[in-house]
Amino acid sequence: MSILARCETRRLQGLWAKLGLDPAYKLLRGPECGLVMLRGRTGGTGEAFNIGEATVTRASVKLDDGSVGHAMALGRDHLKARLSAIVDALCQNVETASLINAEIIAPISRELDGADEKRLMQTAATRVDFFTMVRGEDDAS
Amino acid sequence: MYVSVKGGEAAIDNAHRLLADRRRGDRSVPALTLDQIAEQLVLGVDRVMSEGSLYDRRLAALAIKQARGDLIEAIFLVRAYRTTLPRFGFAEPVDTGAMLVERRISACYKDLPGGQLLGPTFDYTHRLLDEALDGDPEVEPGETREGATEPVSRIADILGGEGLIEEEISGNDEPDDINQTPLEFPLSRAMRLQSLARGDEGFLLALGYSTQRGYARSHPFAGEIRIGEVEVEVFMPELGFAVPVGRVQLTECQMVNQFKGSAKVPPQFTRGYGLVFGQSERKAMAMALCDRALRAGELGEDIVAPAQDQEFVISHCDNVQATGFVEHLKLPHHVDFQAELGLVRTMRTQFEQAESAMENKEAAE
Repeated sequence: MSILARCETRRLQGLWAKLGLDPAYKLLRGPECGLVMLRGRTGGTGEAFNIGEATVTRASVKLDDGSVGHAMALGRDHLKARLSAIVDALCQNVETASLINAEIIAPISRELDGADEKRLMQTAATRVDFFTMVRGEDDAS
Repeated sequence: MYVSVKGGEAAIDNAHRLLADRRRGDRSVPALTLDQIAEQLVLGVDRVMSEGSLYDRRLAALAIKQARGDLIEAIFLVRAYRTTLPRFGFAEPVDTGAMLVERRISACYKDLPGGQLLGPTFDYTHRLLDEALDGDPEVEPGETREGATEPVSRIADILGGEGLIEEEISGNDEPDDINQTPLEFPLSRAMRLQSLARGDEGFLLALGYSTQRGYARSHPFAGEIRIGEVEVEVFMPELGFAVPVGRVQLTECQMVNQFKGSAKVPPQFTRGYGLVFGQSERKAMAMALCDRALRAGELGEDIVAPAQDQEFVISHCDNVQATGFVEHLKLPHHVDFQAELGLVRTMRTQFEQAESAMENKEAAE
């Protein structure tokens, strides 16, 4: 769900279309947009406090075989929530789960990790390397 | 007798039409897209998200466009939009220790685990206008550096090991919400932090500055500032566990302040905390300074300055409330004014009568 929540809708749509699955489903809820209150902790580790809200969109679906899928992601993208819920429902079945993992989750996960890696490397290039100047009198002895 | 009290509908309609016209400006200049605002005016978008108290980049970009770049107006639009959506619930408190750090600096330690990571900062720029940006120059991508990155540890963990700094221990995980609880002073620290997190950057900056200049001196050090993305998790009752729903970018400031001890507690550094949406270290630092100043009562300090006064700070830090009350002065006060006018006239008549009575008395003598 972490991967689906973070992926771009167009990418998910593309991979989904390639998979060629088209299960019949019923929407149990949504897709609907709402808010969640984000929380932090004082000093990073102390008591919880509210920072402010974020938009989220959620959806729940039921496939004809009875499996139920849920999705919730930051933002206001109904299509993404709906597709993610269907994918989640399909993952209840062991066979389709491995197919989905291989064809959808794994490639998106690799791309997201790659983007993180690039960011970390760019940040690493801005790390300060301190060096110490050695003054003349120190090596006189 | 009735006097005219209605009117102006056509004038208002035309004023709004003129506003739309001026917003669009010269039609031969291409219209701004939300992508352009969200990508190239990121820090303005971050401010609107933070003070609008709603994390949604695209909505903030739309608000900036609609408000013609007036950020407080944009914040107002976002706050208003937010009230139209249902609240699904609360996220688990974010773990800023596990942040995917884009910038992290400490003014307390030179060498600390994870290092000083400057990230995309204005610091060390010479603040000279770059005329090349008048055009669209080719821009190189950021330099990269290979190699394993160390975990970026928190400043409090370094000092905390020796007991030199107050510990922040998790406790109450159901903080009151300023949207749902009436403000009653004194407020809990959680409610103060929520107010400060959406408070006006300029107001908090000025108050933070006042503490540095001696109005409630707390001798601060920027213990640590970090910017980056954290995972948001929301508990879903239908699943029975919390699921990740995406990431948000936050700026965190840990201010390390003047130490204090008592009969029971040995001397140790105290702390102020700032946490805001997006990349906004000025706001996070100002918030941390104000948070520390507002802890005066709890830490047994004398309350002598505005920044320490909860009621003053919290009641005036919200720029939507402030602009509402200041700008309401533009609304018709015709009747109030007529009443005051009548009163001044009466007072003047009385004054003149008293004066001429005095003159007559003097003349008689």
